[in-house]
Amino acid sequence: MKLAYWMYAGPAHIGTLRIASSFKNVHAIMHAPIGDDYFNVMRSMLERERNFTPVTASVVDRNVLARGSQEKVVDNITRKDREERPDLIVLTPTCTSSILQEDLQNFVERAQLEAKGDVMLADVNHYRVNELQAGDRTLQQIVQYYIEKARKKNELPEGKTEKPSVNIIGISTLGFHNQHDCTELKRLMADLGIEVNQVIPEGASVHNLKTLPKAWFNLVPYRELGLMTAKYLEQEFGTPYVDIAPMGVVETARCIRKIQQVINAQGAEVDYENFINEQTLYVSQAAWFSRSIDCQNLTGKKAVVFGDNTHAAAMTKILAREMGIKVVCAGTYCKYDADWFREQVAEYCDEILISEDNGQIGDMIARIEPAAIFGTQMERHVGKRLDIPCGVIAAPIHIQNFPIGYKPFMGYEGTNQIADLVYNSFTLGMEDHLLEIFGGHDTKEVITKGISADSDLNWTKDAQAELNKIPGFVRGKVKRNTEKFARDRNISQITVEVMYAAKEAVGA
Amino acid sequence: MTVTQQPQALTFECETGNYHTFCPISCVAWLYQKIEDSFFLVIGTKTCGYFLQNAMGVMIFAEPRYAMAELEEGDISAQLNDYEELKRLCLQIKRDRNPSVIVFIGTCTTEIIKMDLEGLAPKLEAEIGVPIVTARANGLDYAFTQGEDTVLAAMAARCPSKEKEAEKEERNAIQKLLNFGKKKEEVLAEESEYVKHPTLVLFGSLPDPVVTQLTLELKKQGIKVSGWLPSKRYTELPVLEEGYYVAGVNPFLSRTATTLMRRRKCKLIGAPFPIGPDGTRAWIEKICAVFGIEPKGLDEREKQIWESLEDYISLIRGKSVFFMGDNLLEISLARFLIRCGMTCPEIGIPYMDKRYQAAELELLEKTCQEMGVPLPKIVEKPDNYNQIQRIYEQKVDLVITGMAHANPLEARGINTKWSVEFTFAQIHGFTNARDVLELVTRPLRRNNSLKDLGWDKLVRDEAKV
Repeated sequence: MKLAYWMYAGPAHIGTLRIASSFKNVHAIMHAPIGDDYFNVMRSMLERERNFTPVTASVVDRNVLARGSQEKVVDNITRKDREERPDLIVLTPTCTSSILQEDLQNFVERAQLEAKGDVMLADVNHYRVNELQAGDRTLQQIVQYYIEKARKKNELPEGKTEKPSVNIIGISTLGFHNQHDCTELKRLMADLGIEVNQVIPEGASVHNLKTLPKAWFNLVPYRELGLMTAKYLEQEFGTPYVDIAPMGVVETARCIRKIQQVINAQGAEVDYENFINEQTLYVSQAAWFSRSIDCQNLTGKKAVVFGDNTHAAAMTKILAREMGIKVVCAGTYCKYDADWFREQVAEYCDEILISEDNGQIGDMIARIEPAAIFGTQMERHVGKRLDIPCGVIAAPIHIQNFPIGYKPFMGYEGTNQIADLVYNSFTLGMEDHLLEIFGGHDTKEVITKGISADSDLNWTKDAQAELNKIPGFVRGKVKRNTEKFARDRNISQITVEVMYAAKEAVGA
Repeated sequence: MTVTQQPQALTFECETGNYHTFCPISCVAWLYQKIEDSFFLVIGTKTCGYFLQNAMGVMIFAEPRYAMAELEEGDISAQLNDYEELKRLCLQIKRDRNPSVIVFIGTCTTEIIKMDLEGLAPKLEAEIGVPIVTARANGLDYAFTQGEDTVLAAMAARCPSKEKEAEKEERNAIQKLLNFGKKKEEVLAEESEYVKHPTLVLFGSLPDPVVTQLTLELKKQGIKVSGWLPSKRYTELPVLEEGYYVAGVNPFLSRTATTLMRRRKCKLIGAPFPIGPDGTRAWIEKICAVFGIEPKGLDEREKQIWESLEDYISLIRGKSVFFMGDNLLEISLARFLIRCGMTCPEIGIPYMDKRYQAAELELLEKTCQEMGVPLPKIVEKPDNYNQIQRIYEQKVDLVITGMAHANPLEARGINTKWSVEFTFAQIHGFTNARDVLELVTRPLRRNNSLKDLGWDKLVRDEAKV
């Protein structure tokens, strides 16, 4: 048992549902108790989805517990098959069905006899994988199912498309800025003269999956979702894949160069260097931004990055390599894929934190006291408590992270968006200086609370008054540093003298 | 529709139970705020945690006094010892938060693996010195607000049975609240304002302002509320002696009512619930009737409230409302809205306790007859898919539904109100009748202001297969 207040990645079935509901005309039936269909609320609320979420539950109640599901699951599948005529019904196990150990595969086979559409059981184990791993697996499973089906019927298309083409794999519902990234990636492909063969799973039809092998290569923008599918397609058809997230100027260029290499190896004759150069220097504003004097003010400022593998790694590289910001600690909650993360960020940050424990992450932030945090919604709230600004770069996210306006994180427009996000997250340069010079305009009482509970130290009246003179945005930091200094030396009363001693000792 | 013979009695149906609602563990969100010295430990899986974290939105960040005891594979396969694991977590909670009570919330998983929480709790309680209350608020058996019912039923067993003299002063928090700042003589003088009647304890968790409002409402009739289950603090749970009278304030508290009657030998006052001015009046009248008190000024009070609501009522009069059903407040809300002049073809409800809700059902029937509208069909364990077909057919003016269906229905030009808001808003008593209508009319007011834009239907016509 684990005491947990917050989790970063959701349970396995959420991943499966994200994939199923991303496809067009695919329905998921969860084998779950009442209330587990909360996914529908999230999709309807966060994505402001206009259509009914194609997820229903085959309800597990007392009767099911006593006698087994018997006909219930099969009836629910065939009923949904009649009502909505989906191309595919994915029976989705949950934590509850994992322990009931009913033979769901058998239900699927029985339902398949009657159903007009296809029926499959999502092969995910609640206790072994999380949302991201389950999503990755389910996508691969669906692709494999339809490739094999087409192969049996001899319907697999021969050869590749005439012009270079790509499948973009891993765009899904409830993914962080996925819709915008998808638009941006399609635009990038168009600029490169590459046809988009298919985008999966978002908006795709399962009937078209058999044409996946026609693409010259697969692009997997997110580390967490789509890699299994890309590897499967490589193994079956030798289709190469590019798994460099085009996020940030340097990585976008690296991704494009890799694409160039992959398609030239298949007979294309493309040279993207001019395009990269043109975009980098004159079209995207990010390179110019990092050169401008504005960005000078960010030099050496401390930042902490935390998120999923894709976004945390890319963000760390952008901050360190493209903006000269000091990333003190970069972290991920993708524990299962920690080696990849370490390898990616090792040279761009001082420390690496692999953890799913929000308390540990909060403490790390409190200890480092960065000037800005780039993290999930949870880090944003840690930031609020500590009075440190935070830019949100990864799920888990709230509704405000599903903006209506165009806000990709990938491609060249993505680099602009990220530059804005980073710049706006730090206290603005000039304001910062002026506050320092004029001793600040903020005369509020100390309201900042440290991550640890209230202080056990006494501040004398004079010291308190002195503390209040310090500008609000650094006051908390001074207070904490002074207290740490006092605690280390067993001083219980903080006087003005102690304050200055602390300042001299630790630069508070 | 032609004018048909109005049915003489309410009809009850039961569908497939394929409906959307919140998991009953959601009750921790409002109960931990209500019971200030409590800590709720939900013993379940990542699924439960994910639900709580997302459903409770921003509250999760306020360092809530609830947490998950997340079960891992070793717990499921009994490689780990439940008792030792729970003890470890409880000690951690005791150390970090020092609560007056830890409430174990059992979930589907603890049911299926048959973890004996009721058996473990007393042993743990003795060992760590913190009371542990066990409530099985799981999705196998219950829906949404019924979670509170399971917790309060468990709490009922913890109410002291005999008042200790020394504690007398301390215990009654509501009274203290009402007597705030008064001298002892004044308090004694006020005692005389009450009629002599048997002890009355109310049950149901309400926000503190509503508790005060309802308590004062009864005080006007000379009725003294001696306690409230739950109270603001676990240490202030009301005394329950045999023969005390109890009354519920919410329609989903049938287990609690049963427990109070059977285990605590209290007498239940079966009344409609104080939702809407009609409900509040009927609730007070019923309590008065049981105590043999002639209610005074109620007529006038109710009339005043209705008059103040007229601007909202004019928006909904003659319109139809459809309850898809997810929180068990449906019967009371429908009854109030019918009194406001609405019609109601269908009331979906997760679970219908005809005995506990008897007085409410009777008032619903009477209201329909008096307003001259057809009696609604009450559908227990509804089937959301079928309901949506009926909503299309009946061209309903307003659908009260969960968030899973609200946006899709709006996109199809159907007005919706998110039902969960009724659980979190203050809707009880005379004072809050306006709040209920504020919620009910909001979609209509909003859509009225958009109606000339031609943006009613925002989905393409679906191809009929």
